[in-house]
Amino acid sequence: MKQGEIVLGALAPHPPHLVYAENPPQNEPKAECGWEVLRWGYERLRKSLAQRKVDVLIVHSPHWRTMTGTHFLGVEHFKGLSVDPVFPNLFRFHYDLKVDVELSRQIFTEAQGLGLEVQMMTNPDFRIDYGTIISCHLSRPEWDIPIVAISSHGLARYFNMEVMQAVMLKLGQATKVAVEKSGKRAALLASNSLSHRHFVVEPEVPEDMSFEHIQNHSQYLWDMKVLDLMKRGQTQELLEIMPDFTEQAVAETDGGSLTWLLSALDFPTYPAEVHAYGSVIGTGNAIVEWNPHNRQVEWNPHNRQVEWRAQGGAQ
Amino acid sequence: MINKAYLLPGMPHPLLCPEKSSAYQKLRQAYERVGAEIQDSQAELVLIYSTFWPSVIGHQIFARPETTWTHVDEEFHALGSIPYTFQMDEEFGELYKQQCLARNLHARTVNYAGFPLDTGTVVALKLINPDNRLKAVVTSSNVYADRAETLVLGKAAGDALEHSGKKAVALVISALSNRLHQGRVTPEEDRIHSLKDEEWNRKFLEFLEEGRLEDVAQLSRQFHREARVHKVNNFKPFWWLSGLMGQSNRFQGEVFEYQSVYGTGAAVVGLEPAAVAARDLEFDEADPDVYAGERNVLAVEAGMEPEPEPEAQNV
Repeated sequence: MKQGEIVLGALAPHPPHLVYAENPPQNEPKAECGWEVLRWGYERLRKSLAQRKVDVLIVHSPHWRTMTGTHFLGVEHFKGLSVDPVFPNLFRFHYDLKVDVELSRQIFTEAQGLGLEVQMMTNPDFRIDYGTIISCHLSRPEWDIPIVAISSHGLARYFNMEVMQAVMLKLGQATKVAVEKSGKRAALLASNSLSHRHFVVEPEVPEDMSFEHIQNHSQYLWDMKVLDLMKRGQTQELLEIMPDFTEQAVAETDGGSLTWLLSALDFPTYPAEVHAYGSVIGTGNAIVEWNPHNRQVEWNPHNRQVEWRAQGGAQ
Repeated sequence: MINKAYLLPGMPHPLLCPEKSSAYQKLRQAYERVGAEIQDSQAELVLIYSTFWPSVIGHQIFARPETTWTHVDEEFHALGSIPYTFQMDEEFGELYKQQCLARNLHARTVNYAGFPLDTGTVVALKLINPDNRLKAVVTSSNVYADRAETLVLGKAAGDALEHSGKKAVALVISALSNRLHQGRVTPEEDRIHSLKDEEWNRKFLEFLEEGRLEDVAQLSRQFHREARVHKVNNFKPFWWLSGLMGQSNRFQGEVFEYQSVYGTGAAVVGLEPAAVAARDLEFDEADPDVYAGERNVLAVEAGMEPEPEPEAQNV
């Protein structure tokens, strides 16, 4: 059997506002517009994903928060209604999805072998969390690729960021090894925002963009620092400052999704592609792609401009 | 008016597997005692504040007249599914919202099919009000709210009761210490996670048994530091309850049961208004009647005085 590989990794945040603004038939509420820059970023990610011929999406979601280890979906098919408990006015989504249970079990087994506390979720009545649904929908709205959904082990709150990261490093490696053994082409989605301090009030028209901006400047500075490290391929440094970033920007990286992703990608030293950055009800969100086939590419701030000129762009 | 108030734990074990340990069985019996008391009381409404339901956009009030779902806990999904049909007091929910708005809180009612009621609320209503003889209203716990906001939220609930003329029982659904075991624990091995958690739980229960509700409310910050996993910014349920019940120690308390459920402190406690205060202490914390919002303490430039607080803040 051919060795499987991770063909794409992405930071794929899950604000329900983005699904709401896109008006897919599965979602009950309807919007006029909103958060276009982020949605255009997701469009670019979709194109990239479509080119990679992916067999499975593996998503790690902060909104399936478990305290007793990491859990994996272990039922082949789920169909139901997901209503966001925080933004029920925006997200009431009828989902119908398939799970790659075989790969779920493989990651479970690899993680168990590394000493992690793990569980398979086999209750067919289980409701899929909205983080998983939103990241998957925005990355692949056709819903024609099976998923593996991984819960977020709440270690950052129970202990601290360092303990959480130590476990996510192992989980990332377990994911990578399982994918390689599976022979499948996998895309990994880390379903988290960057800075995560919300506004606590909402405009009467939720998609009124005149109200939308980052919650505070310090969050913005932190988000830019993190994105700069991603673009430079300095993900080991990003790992090291993750605890400070998480605390000072109230970042959603406390769920471990980003650490898991970077570990599974072997801490890329090649540049990430930032498809978009924008705020959603004050939180900082970026759609960022890592293409492991870019391993030999080095960061150069002029690279994109040179490529653009070579394609006939304005001088 | 409030006939009686109760603290109830929200873990699913007493509902789904009471037979697995004597501790779960005792908690189940305590729930049933509370249920019998409520059914025998003159109450017309069950008014709930659940720490298991976090909100971000102000305060959400679940008031769908009838809601039917099959609930599965995201952590303890292996224990089984919980089908339910509950009836809510839509009219009271709307009145509660209006009273929140009158006190400058951001609030809204929630009335959507399939809205994910939290495990704590589902377990409590299944055990104490299985026939829906009383209608309920459920309030979320805002993750960013602190004492002033939560106290005002409790007062708004009292306003709504006064305007409605209804008699109610109040429930706060919360663990005391909330640290779960991280690994597999059999029901026979279940115990409070640490001696420190146990000691703080006992201290809280001692106060509650003496009817010292306001003392417990004033101890909430300390309790949060000592015995709670810091998933939200503070331990709030007793601020809400004390705000609703007049911020005093004039209660008679009864601890129906106290056990561990997967490491957490699970207590069933009743509080009944009494003629004499258990303790009559002086309290020096502010007693806000309206919510004045967040104060910006970082952006005040030298020589510039901060905006004065509204008059009512200093009542």
